[in-house]
Amino acid sequence: MPRQAQPGQAQPKRAATTRALTGLLAAAALLLLPACSPAAPQGTEAKTLKVAYQKTDSFTALDDVLTAAKAEFEAANSGVTVELQPIQANDDDYGTKLALSHRSAGTAPDVFYEDTFKVRSDVDAGYLLKLDEHLASWPDWANFTEAAKAAGRADDGGIYAVPLGTDTRAIWYNKTVLQKAGIAVPWQPKTWDDILAAARKMKAADPSVVPFNMYAGKATGEGTVMQGFYQLLYGTGSTLYDEQEKKWVVGSRGFTDSLRFLKTLYDEKLAVTPAEALDANVWKKVFGEWLPKGKMGATVEGSYTPSFWQKGGAYEWPGYAKDMGVAMFPTQHGQAPGGVSMSGGWTLAVGAKTKNPDLAFKFLSTALNRKNALAYDVDNSQIAVRSDVAADPAYQAANPFVKDVSELVEVTHFRPATADYPRISSAVQEATEAVITGKQGPAEAAAAYDAAVRKLVGEDKVIQK
Amino acid sequence: MHVPEATPGRLSRARRRHLFRLLPVLPSVLLLGLFLLAPVAWSFYASFTDVALSGKAAREPSWLGLDNYARMVSEPGFPLALWLTVVFVGASAIVGQNALGLALALLMARGNRALARTVGTAVVAAWVLPEIVAAFAAYAYFSRDGTLNQLLGVAGAQGTDWLYAFPMAAVVLANTWRGTAFSMLVYRAALAEVPGEIQEAALMDGAGGWQRLRLITLPMIRNSIASNLMLITLQTLAVFTLVWVMTAGGPAGASTTLPVLAYQEAFKFGDIGYGTAIASVLVLIGMVFGLAYVRLLRGAAR
Repeated sequence: MPRQAQPGQAQPKRAATTRALTGLLAAAALLLLPACSPAAPQGTEAKTLKVAYQKTDSFTALDDVLTAAKAEFEAANSGVTVELQPIQANDDDYGTKLALSHRSAGTAPDVFYEDTFKVRSDVDAGYLLKLDEHLASWPDWANFTEAAKAAGRADDGGIYAVPLGTDTRAIWYNKTVLQKAGIAVPWQPKTWDDILAAARKMKAADPSVVPFNMYAGKATGEGTVMQGFYQLLYGTGSTLYDEQEKKWVVGSRGFTDSLRFLKTLYDEKLAVTPAEALDANVWKKVFGEWLPKGKMGATVEGSYTPSFWQKGGAYEWPGYAKDMGVAMFPTQHGQAPGGVSMSGGWTLAVGAKTKNPDLAFKFLSTALNRKNALAYDVDNSQIAVRSDVAADPAYQAANPFVKDVSELVEVTHFRPATADYPRISSAVQEATEAVITGKQGPAEAAAAYDAAVRKLVGEDKVIQK
Repeated sequence: MHVPEATPGRLSRARRRHLFRLLPVLPSVLLLGLFLLAPVAWSFYASFTDVALSGKAAREPSWLGLDNYARMVSEPGFPLALWLTVVFVGASAIVGQNALGLALALLMARGNRALARTVGTAVVAAWVLPEIVAAFAAYAYFSRDGTLNQLLGVAGAQGTDWLYAFPMAAVVLANTWRGTAFSMLVYRAALAEVPGEIQEAALMDGAGGWQRLRLITLPMIRNSIASNLMLITLQTLAVFTLVWVMTAGGPAGASTTLPVLAYQEAFKFGDIGYGTAIASVLVLIGMVFGLAYVRLLRGAAR
């Protein structure tokens, strides 16, 4: 390459100063060279697409799918290289790293994995490219359900992200533990009191088991609210955010009642100990140790739960299909619709700073085509968002619980995807932590939450209910 | 004009030569400016804005003036973190590492040589470990199923969840364990410089052991004490990994020191403006400590 030859040509000069100077000039020339390259013929120049996504020891399904999509895409588009950039981090840290990489065009990815609840806030930040035009010419788009299409919609009505799958949350229980306590399976509690009654029975039958786990505290982050507090709150008739008024709810009775339920659970030692709950890795013990070993009666977890136990999962457990059962989380007093669930899910999006928007979208559509979406939904126990995947026999046979968790879509709720949501969520997590550690009573913690929300969003953006 | 033409030429030549001599340090000055001063300046600037990781403020941050600093006073998180930082630095650096290091150095000076070498190796081992490894070791020691509770179990005592029940005590002990070697090495070197004759003279005058330490040894190593205090204070102010790995600032903020709080605000909540404001305060505190010790050093030198 001529680039390497350049500094050498200028060398044979005498004085030290001039030599140093030429060295500097050569370095400057080196720096300038790439800037000149656009003048060169472009046809042969290789293009690179950077794809950023999350990969952990217990989450490799996306890595597998994107690796397959890379091979497929590169075969169909010669001269284009897809550079996969897996980020090994938990959800929080992944979000931080991704946001930091978006701050400069040099590091911003072309295609990336994005949490649905961050879409609106990141669109506000100018990180996501609007996909409307591209979607219009993509025949597969018609196969996506309406809810899935809405997941990638921002405040301006445009679509900025395409979902990979969605999830719901339910009670996962170990049948043998329940049966030992004399509880008939299949088990379906109708009210919160049914849960407490069953948990007390399990505790009485075997004091060494953890009867009913719900995450709480700041360590488990979004897990605390999605697989815990919101299951309670949205079953009281209250809500976190009034979508019509676009205001945050404060002073609701449901909020205090939900905290009181957690307090009962933790005070009576029906859940894990507060110290265990405040360990960020507690979920690994739930999946890897307590449930498979029959040391836990039930936990509230996502529809992706079988992905940990099925073949190739992080905590392989061949007996899970036989030993585990799934139940809908009940509303407070059994009021309509009788159950509650929370949904989230992740998407693929195109970076707003990409130099090759057409190619980037092409890669996105390859990664989300029928074959790859099916593989991902099956591997990661996701609820399909493409109707053709949902109808596929391979998807329906992926694990014994697909039908149960898919039905929960009817009673599910979504988080308010506003820019200030992460801080509100953190305030909720703080309230749960204060209650389970005994630092504050439920009413006191709810009042502290109200004060925190007022401070965060301002008096004009809260509504007393 | 009578000014000879050569003079400015010579001057400029001398000057040029002078500048030329500075040339070798130029890269390091540039690098320091680029990688140290520029980020500090940027972070100071950012602390007056609402720059964020996501949302509208990420695209077009607006100028807030002193709002971020006003927020520190009004929110309970900051005063608590400031207090915990003072406790952490005071207990683990100024008392723990400094006093323990001095005591070890004094004992080693008179103790038997083989014993001194064994103790020295054990203490230095903690210092040799990279911070992350030391942090994991401390976590494994204090955690629920950790070494400490196993030892207590063997002794028949019931341990508790130390990182949950006494998070500050745990991180203070861990930082003392990790950093004592540095103070010990500094003081061993300093004590070796104290001439034996003076000690002997004091002994002849009938000074007891405690008097000799207070009136002879300590004043003579005053310089080293000041330097050591400055270095360990600044280092402990900046400790992040140790606290983050052991408790992540929890439970309920009970071990959140200023670096941990700054990180949480900037990267967990995406509020870079507020996070950098906390970091700026941390820099200021470090500068105040630095100045205080520099004055102490000057006094010692006089």
